[in-house]
Amino acid sequence: MELARLPISASQRGKLISAGYTSFSSLSSLSPSTLAQDLKISDNEALEILRVVSQGSRLDKPDGSHAIVNGAQTAWDMLHEEESLKCITTSCVDLDDILGGGIKCKEVTEIGGVPGIGKTQLGIQLAVNVQIPVNYGGLGGKAIYIDTEGSFMLERALQIAEACIEDMSGNSDFLQKDFQSCQVKAQPKDFLQNIFYFRVCSYTEQIAMINYLDKFISEHKDVNVVIIDSVTFHFRQDFDDLALRTRLLSGMALKLMKLAKKFSLAVVLLNQVTTKHTEGSFQLTLALGDSWSHSCTNRVILYWNGDERYAYIDKSPSLRSASAPYSVTGKGIRTATSKCKRIKIM
Amino acid sequence: MANKLISEMGLPTSIANIFAARNITTAKEALSLTEFELMELLDVGMARVTSAVAHISEIVSPPTQTALSLMEQRVQNEYMAGHLPTRLKGLDEALGGGIPFGVLTELVGPPGIGKTQFCLKLSLLASLPASYGGLDGRVIYIDAESKFSSRRMIEIGSKSFPEIFHVEGMAKEMAGRILVLRPTSLSEFTESLQQIKISLLQNHVKLLVIDSMAALVTGEYDQGPTRQHSLGWHISFIKSIAEFSRIPIVVTNQWRAGVKL
Repeated sequence: MELARLPISASQRGKLISAGYTSFSSLSSLSPSTLAQDLKISDNEALEILRVVSQGSRLDKPDGSHAIVNGAQTAWDMLHEEESLKCITTSCVDLDDILGGGIKCKEVTEIGGVPGIGKTQLGIQLAVNVQIPVNYGGLGGKAIYIDTEGSFMLERALQIAEACIEDMSGNSDFLQKDFQSCQVKAQPKDFLQNIFYFRVCSYTEQIAMINYLDKFISEHKDVNVVIIDSVTFHFRQDFDDLALRTRLLSGMALKLMKLAKKFSLAVVLLNQVTTKHTEGSFQLTLALGDSWSHSCTNRVILYWNGDERYAYIDKSPSLRSASAPYSVTGKGIRTATSKCKRIKIM
Repeated sequence: MANKLISEMGLPTSIANIFAARNITTAKEALSLTEFELMELLDVGMARVTSAVAHISEIVSPPTQTALSLMEQRVQNEYMAGHLPTRLKGLDEALGGGIPFGVLTELVGPPGIGKTQFCLKLSLLASLPASYGGLDGRVIYIDAESKFSSRRMIEIGSKSFPEIFHVEGMAKEMAGRILVLRPTSLSEFTESLQQIKISLLQNHVKLLVIDSMAALVTGEYDQGPTRQHSLGWHISFIKSIAEFSRIPIVVTNQWRAGVKL
């Protein structure tokens, strides 16, 4: 690692270089006060520089103890971690199957599809399902819902929460009896209470919001899912400078990945579709372009197959691509049955 | 919030002055740069940049609400929990009470199916006194296709609500509450939208109808990115009006044959 890549300010870097410090090794044996004298800066500032340097050089040098590179994990450890990873159910058996149990925590999942396919429905469903208590096989967590389009429907959230409670009490009849005695019946109100809702009105607010999430989640540790509906909306307008857009988007994606890992929560990004002109024909693809598609770990595309709704795993490092039918009912997302078909109007 | 001034955010003066000196005055400008770029530009250490960005982000972020608090607010403040009944039984049931407040509702259908008729009826319903189940407010009707017919409206009114319209002077009163705008170009439409946003609350407007969106946009542009761009702006502006004033907005759209994808 070179000096030029250290996260210190330009003037400090200039002083270092002009005083002849060009490599890490030349800095590593210095005391803060010598450096302060050499560079004519305060002791505190010198200390800060040395701290940054020692952090930077640690990445280069073997640590000696158990790990060869600091912060690395062996694949074996990761396997164990992955196995204990929790999933948020989608309430649709087929969809859970192809997703390997549901939407994974610690990962960023992008869900896209044409208008009316049920993206927001799935979003609300996940915000409710994350709250299913641990003894019912859920996570017992809370949800953050970031709404950029104004499409979050309270009435729907209430209906889905009611249906979820109904399903839970239905299930508990089959489960051990002793559950019921100590179980206090959940109220739809409690479910709504645990959905933190943010209405974002511009892309600046969206970036600010994502920066702020780190602090917010530190204060609300039981948040297990962050849903952004949709990640696209503000980035599809008001942008003349596409390079800036790409930069902002990839910065945002990085921050979200970091959040997912740090707080082991699931990040779900809903995306819109756009038409792409390739080889003389128009094709539907997800919006925001190619560089964005690289930044999501998992990508699920929702589409119409005749009269039925299908989900397709378009991209995932661990799951095979597969598709499964699902349906949107009054109770929310459910396993597709032949009854629940779209009533064609066109 | 995006254009909020950095100087008013209560950052420590030393760092606030550096932002000002580099001509980064708004949150939008600061957040459009990465932390690394900011560090270069402001010539301060990473830690200070990170904390400044975190501070700005926190202030710009929208306030936290839980879905429950939203629900309580709505039940408390709004007539019929935020719905304008259409008086069509099946439709009202499906819509959970009627045309919802605070969001955009689009009416689509082939020519002659009755989109404009539907809008006329809704306008009447919104202007009716509360004792008859109306919203007792003004209606702004943006008539882009010159299809609004006052005679037809009065006719609908006197047939559907004879008890109101046969009272002396009531027809005048009701019709007087409906303000019709006839923009002839997109720029004119844009201008009236901006005016409407300001005057909505003061003038007790309870419904906004736009008949139709398509007529305005298709007239002006060819297909392509410019059109998409401007349409996007209009839609988000109309949405913001809906949310900020919590009134129902109804937009009609034409039915077109398109290239099958």
